[in-house]
Amino acid sequence: MNKKSHKEIAIGGTIDKPATSLEYKTGSWKIFHPQIDFSKCINCHFCVHFCPDDCFIVKEGKMNNVNMDYCKGCGICAQVCPKKCIKMEKGDPDPENVRKE
Amino acid sequence: MSEKNKLEKALTGAEASAEAMRQINPDVVAMYPITPQTPIIQTFAKMVADGLVDTELIRVESEHSAMSATMGASAAGSRAMTATASVGLALMFEVVNAAAGMRLPITMSIANRALSSPINIHCDHSDSMACRDAGWIQIYSETGQEVYENTLLAVRLAEHPQVQLPAMVMQDGFVTSHCLTKVKLCNDEVVKNFIGEFKPQLKLLDLNKPICIGPLELFDYFFETKKQQVDAMKTAKSEYLNVGKELSKITGNEYKYFEAYNIEDADAIIVVLSSTAGTVKEVVDEMRKDGKKVGLLKPILFRPFPYEEVAMVLHNAKEIAVLDRSESFGANGPLYGEIKNALYDSQSRPRVQSLIYGLGGREIFKTDIKKIFDQILDGKEITEKYIGCR
Repeated sequence: MNKKSHKEIAIGGTIDKPATSLEYKTGSWKIFHPQIDFSKCINCHFCVHFCPDDCFIVKEGKMNNVNMDYCKGCGICAQVCPKKCIKMEKGDPDPENVRKE
Repeated sequence: MSEKNKLEKALTGAEASAEAMRQINPDVVAMYPITPQTPIIQTFAKMVADGLVDTELIRVESEHSAMSATMGASAAGSRAMTATASVGLALMFEVVNAAAGMRLPITMSIANRALSSPINIHCDHSDSMACRDAGWIQIYSETGQEVYENTLLAVRLAEHPQVQLPAMVMQDGFVTSHCLTKVKLCNDEVVKNFIGEFKPQLKLLDLNKPICIGPLELFDYFFETKKQQVDAMKTAKSEYLNVGKELSKITGNEYKYFEAYNIEDADAIIVVLSSTAGTVKEVVDEMRKDGKKVGLLKPILFRPFPYEEVAMVLHNAKEIAVLDRSESFGANGPLYGEIKNALYDSQSRPRVQSLIYGLGGREIFKTDIKKIFDQILDGKEITEKYIGCR
C-alpha cells in the first residue's frame, strides 16, 4: 500500500471518513503465517472462532482459507487446532493454500 | 481605533485575563482553581453567573479533567478555553500534549508559579517552560495590558485555519496576576468583530460527516502527524505578525516577536521575559541618563521561537546577559539556550552570560539589575550567577 505524505493526510491524525479500518491492512505486521494441511482438517471451526482478527474465510460451511491482509501471525489457530493441521511458517504465504474439494 | 472606543479600568492581570475571556465569549470553559490562577476563573465564573457570557462552565475535579473537558469541547466544534498554573499545568501535561497533537485550537491562561517540591505558590517560569516542547504556542506577557491583548491575539492565532494549534498566554503569578494596574479595554463589539466566529474544519458533533480524532498511529503515520505540527508552528510564526497587525487596528499597539528597548546602539543587553522586563526598563532609563549604552530584549513569542529575528537585533551587542526564571537542571536555562542558539550563526557572536533569578518568587531589585549591567559593560564575567541566592 502506498503511504501518504504529511501533506496528504488530515491534520492531527484525524480519520475524516467512517468505516476505514478495513483499509488498514494489519497483515503487514506478521512474521509467521498459518499454513494449513487441508487433508487433516476435520472442519471443526476452532480456528475460525478463536482467530482474534476474524481472518478465517468460511465458504459453504467449510473453513476455506485465511485472509492474509489482516492475519497478524499470532498463531492462536495453530495452538487450538485439535488435529494440529495448522503450522506457523516464515516467508511469503502460499496463495494456493486454499481448500480444494 | 479612537480612544472613545476604549474603556480604562483598574484591573489585576487575572481580571484582565477574565475580561478578555468575557469579550471572547467562549462556548465552553472547563476550570479547576489553583493559586495564583484562581482569580482568573473566579472572575470569569462570576461573569457566567451574572449572564454576561453564553459560556457553558464545567467545574471539574482536577486539571487533568479540565484540559480533557476543554479538549473534548474543542473537538466537538466549540471555542474552548481554560486556565491553570504550576502543578496544575504539570497534572495536565499528558492532555496538554494530546491537545496539540489533535490540533485543537484551545487558548489557556497561565499565571506562572513554581513547581513543587518544596511547595511554593510564588512566581517562576518552571511550569510553562516544562511545556515548551508540548506543541503549544507560548506568549509571555509583562503587564495586565499585555495579558488582555495577548489573549485576544492567541485565540485568533490558534484558530487560524493554517495554524490550528493550542496557545498558552503567560503572566507572572502574583506579580502580574494580583497587581492592580490601568488596563485599556476595547469596546465589546469591536473585540467581537475581531475574534469572529469559530469555524472548525472538522468537528466531532457534525453527524453528517462522522470523524475519528486522536486514533492510534504507529510507525507508519505518527511521524507524518508530528511533521504537520512542525509546519503549523512555522506558519504560526508568520501569522502571529499578521494577526498582530489586525489587532493593532483596534488597540493601536504593536505586536512583535519581542520588545526591543533601547537596543539599537546598546553595548550591553539584558534578555528577560515577562514582568521583570518592566524593572529592567527602569534601570535602562536611569543608566541611559548617565550615558551608559544599555538595553533590554523582552521576548514575547517564545514558541515558535523567532531565532533569526532575535539574532538580527542582538548581533551588534558586545555583551548579553540572559535572565532565566526557571532552571533546567543539568543544562542551560531555557531562555539562555535559545538566545545562544540564535546567535551561533551570527558573524560577531557576542558573549552571552546565563543568570538564574527569581525562583519561587525570590525578589529581584533594580540594584541587582544595575550590578549586572555594570559588570557586563566592563566586559567582566558576572560574579553572581544565581541572583540573590545565598
